[in-house]
Amino acid sequence: MGRAFDILSKSRMVSRPSSLEFIEAIFDDFFELHGDRHFEDDLAMVGGIASINEIPVTVIGIQKGHSVKENVSRRFGSPNPEGYRKVIRLMEQAEKFKRPVIEFINTSGAYPGKGAEQRGQGEAIAKCLYVSAGLKTPVISIFIGEGGSGGAIAMAAGDRVWMLENGMYAVLSPEGFASILWRDPSRSSEAAELMKITAEDLIKNGVIEKIIPEPEEGIENNPEYTFNILKDELIKEINILRNKPIDQLLSERYARFRKFGEFEE
Amino acid sequence: MKLFKKKNYIPIGRNIPRSNTAEKSAKPEMGVDEPIIPDGMWVKCRHCGGLVYKKEMDEFEICPKCGGHFRISAKNRIKITCDEGTFEEFDADMVSKNPIGYPDYDKLIQKMQQKTEIKEAVVTGMCKINGYKTVIAVMDSNFMMASMGSVVGEKITRAIERATQMDLPIIIFTASGGARMQEGIISLMQMAKTSAAVRKHSDKGLLYVSVMTDPTTGGVSASFANLGDIILAEPKAIIGFAGRRVIEGTINEKLPDDFQSAEFQLKHGFVDKIVNRKDIKEALSVILKFHSKKEAAFNGQGF
Ligand SMILES: [Zn+2]
Repeated sequence: MGRAFDILSKSRMVSRPSSLEFIEAIFDDFFELHGDRHFEDDLAMVGGIASINEIPVTVIGIQKGHSVKENVSRRFGSPNPEGYRKVIRLMEQAEKFKRPVIEFINTSGAYPGKGAEQRGQGEAIAKCLYVSAGLKTPVISIFIGEGGSGGAIAMAAGDRVWMLENGMYAVLSPEGFASILWRDPSRSSEAAELMKITAEDLIKNGVIEKIIPEPEEGIENNPEYTFNILKDELIKEINILRNKPIDQLLSERYARFRKFGEFEE
Repeated sequence: MKLFKKKNYIPIGRNIPRSNTAEKSAKPEMGVDEPIIPDGMWVKCRHCGGLVYKKEMDEFEICPKCGGHFRISAKNRIKITCDEGTFEEFDADMVSKNPIGYPDYDKLIQKMQQKTEIKEAVVTGMCKINGYKTVIAVMDSNFMMASMGSVVGEKITRAIERATQMDLPIIIFTASGGARMQEGIISLMQMAKTSAAVRKHSDKGLLYVSVMTDPTTGGVSASFANLGDIILAEPKAIIGFAGRRVIEGTINEKLPDDFQSAEFQLKHGFVDKIVNRKDIKEALSVILKFHSKKEAAFNGQGF
């Protein structure tokens, strides 16, 4: 088993803390807000208001469950369009009240369901990207576990994108990559290495800016270690970002994504 | 991102095409469709199953038996959409590098270039439509199912940026199987890049018309395709985010035939109008006309 595949397995561990644990540990007075105001409340997506170092912020995260029952109600962390519309609603609310937005990502991808398609999964993700691009308040995204496909980038289109040491981020799962391109799911470990899905790979090509370390004994055994480091980093970064003029923040955000592409002409 | 159900048109006489070996080796790699209309051949209509002699079809490439729309190349789309002689291409020579070192990616691209006679899966430029000047981008599903990698993302983004700079509308004919998996995460980044470009164009008060053609799926459906001020679609085009088989596997249920069709999207509120290919140029020029006046009816200071 290769290094990337080992990280992939760790990123998916059920015992790994998910968004709510990060939110409860890092922020004060989390006040959860529900619903997308259109159709329903998607339990795969959580969000609300909280404070960090006395600064009010909007926090949003994809929540995987820690039990079968919780996982069923939260669709194993695969949001429906309502989840993404909740993100849009909370982002726009944050903009109105000038709160920075912190997003936690932990998903294998947006939910591939019948209702999800009927209610515009593609449109919901597209609109998330569109709203993020022009949002007049800082946005920091953190990959805390799995980060798969369009359902992940919908929440990683802001000013900073960070990743935990054993997080991952990919255009599709290595299993999907191997079975679609090579017609051989057993080559998923090889695919994981080739695809460059780890934090170490992604910091090199600028997809992420920072790697948040995890403890040697495993994050499931000592989550406080990572929570503390992340909290300090967030306090520092929020202060940097919220002191930038909004035009500069937006043009730097545009440039952040504008640079991606490898071509010649 | 995901694969599309293999389409049902089967070109007859597979021994004739010029790049026979290229197609053979490209097929298992990509899992994409065969070229739609090989030169001078019979083609099977995926809508009615009927065999159609290519020469029986007019420039619109519509099935004479059932009216079903065949997938059309970017070159032919431009021919039936832009006023004659007005199309000026942008970035015609841009080609992809190999960001993750995917084995033989360069060879795969070369084969596609030979097959389609274009360098990548989108053609962009400036043109006039019934006299109205506009930027236009046309995706070509013959080229690796028009999956979006570095070049597709960059050319679309530049086209939108040029429209923004020149205060012009942009029209994008979308078609795509999703992200270009062979480019890894960089292909996913194109979703954010193109959507941000649309946002800037829109913030300047400019018009974007998205015309969804068969198939518009995956990362393209979850970015610029769904961000048009006005969204048109061709009849029976497959439009959706996740692949049908993935959904069926997840919910353990067979989906109805019309699932993710243009008609399904119209019913659910995600498409403004379904327009027959023969009428698209006229529809676009009507829309362009509505948005061509510099003075809006309401100027913010009362009528
Ligand atoms: Zn037909």
